[in-house]
Amino acid sequence: MWLWFYQLASPPHAYRLLGLWRPWLLWPAIALMVIGVYGGLVMAPADYQQKDAFRIIYVHVPSASLSLMVYVMMAVAAAIGLIWRMKLAHAVAASCAPLGAWFTVLALVTGSIWGKPMWGTWWEWDPRLTSELILLFLYLGYMALRASFDDIQRADRASAILAIVGVVNVPIVKYSVEWWNSLHQGPSISVTSKSAIAGSMVWPLLVLLLAFVLYFGAILCNRVRGEILLRERNTAWLAESSLKS
Amino acid sequence: MTARQRRMLLVGLMVIGVGTAAAFALNAFQENLLYFYSPSDVSAGKAPADRTFRVGGMVTEGSFQRPAGSMEATFILTDFAHNVKVRYSGVLPDLFREGQGIVARGKLAPGGDFVAEEVLAKHDENYMPPDVADTLKKQHQKEAGGQ
Repeated sequence: MWLWFYQLASPPHAYRLLGLWRPWLLWPAIALMVIGVYGGLVMAPADYQQKDAFRIIYVHVPSASLSLMVYVMMAVAAAIGLIWRMKLAHAVAASCAPLGAWFTVLALVTGSIWGKPMWGTWWEWDPRLTSELILLFLYLGYMALRASFDDIQRADRASAILAIVGVVNVPIVKYSVEWWNSLHQGPSISVTSKSAIAGSMVWPLLVLLLAFVLYFGAILCNRVRGEILLRERNTAWLAESSLKS
Repeated sequence: MTARQRRMLLVGLMVIGVGTAAAFALNAFQENLLYFYSPSDVSAGKAPADRTFRVGGMVTEGSFQRPAGSMEATFILTDFAHNVKVRYSGVLPDLFREGQGIVARGKLAPGGDFVAEEVLAKHDENYMPPDVADTLKKQHQKEAGGQ
């Protein structure tokens, strides 16, 4: 039953498999992105209060969601790497960090651009904004910590602990708007109750969210392959496969 | 216990430990994390009297006054239990209007008025096209009229 798991953990197998997956993630991501952008910028009606300025939601919400999802994935991969001593899991965690950091930057920048006309300020030390900024620092700290070790195995272990400790910030970001009075509005999309956003406006958002997830998956495949090449550069299987091609 | 189980336990304890510590810390700093006070807090004297703080609430319908040619605006902020009168001189954000949630930063004046240095509009989570908003508003008025 666990055979597939151990096979996946073997670098040559994973390298091949990730190469196979990548186009199946990338092309649907691009197609959905085109549909979502057209739906969001052309088909969706303007908001009753914010007019066309609300459309930044189509970049802001997917980036912010991904910034949290990627962190959880990074922490889970780091924990698997730590517990099962699985090098591939560490490679996944290391590959997640820069992507998550970019999604966080995108969420902060788009939020700021929206905040100026709507709230009247670029930045406020509001619980949601502050915890999202801490998320960015966690990603940057993780990358800096990794970069400070020459030995890749020690970098894996030390940075895994930081990733796992930092996961405590994820529920804080998510629930900050409910736990405290905050300038940032609460969630518009809800799985359990009716969404606070009209159906004609929400579907491009969901399409773009899926597009961002698939796009992240495709880029992650690429980055993990790069990590595998780096880690396995002196192994026989790589030498053989490069001779063949 | 195998080495792997021990590592699993350690990771588990680490998450629980840090989570608990964070929960305690956030609870302890609850006061400092408070982004704004409500008009009820201000009425109850919970807001600091001598330093700058923020107050958040809804702008009462019909309370906004600004003499022509002046930047001096006054309005009443409410949480539907208590009211605070706010004075503000400056540019208001696009979303500022009566019935809208806002957050004002400033100090309490001796008379009990709140003198704001900055007024921010708080947007809510509702997004809808203008025609839907109109329908909702009409429906709302009909219901209110029928009572």
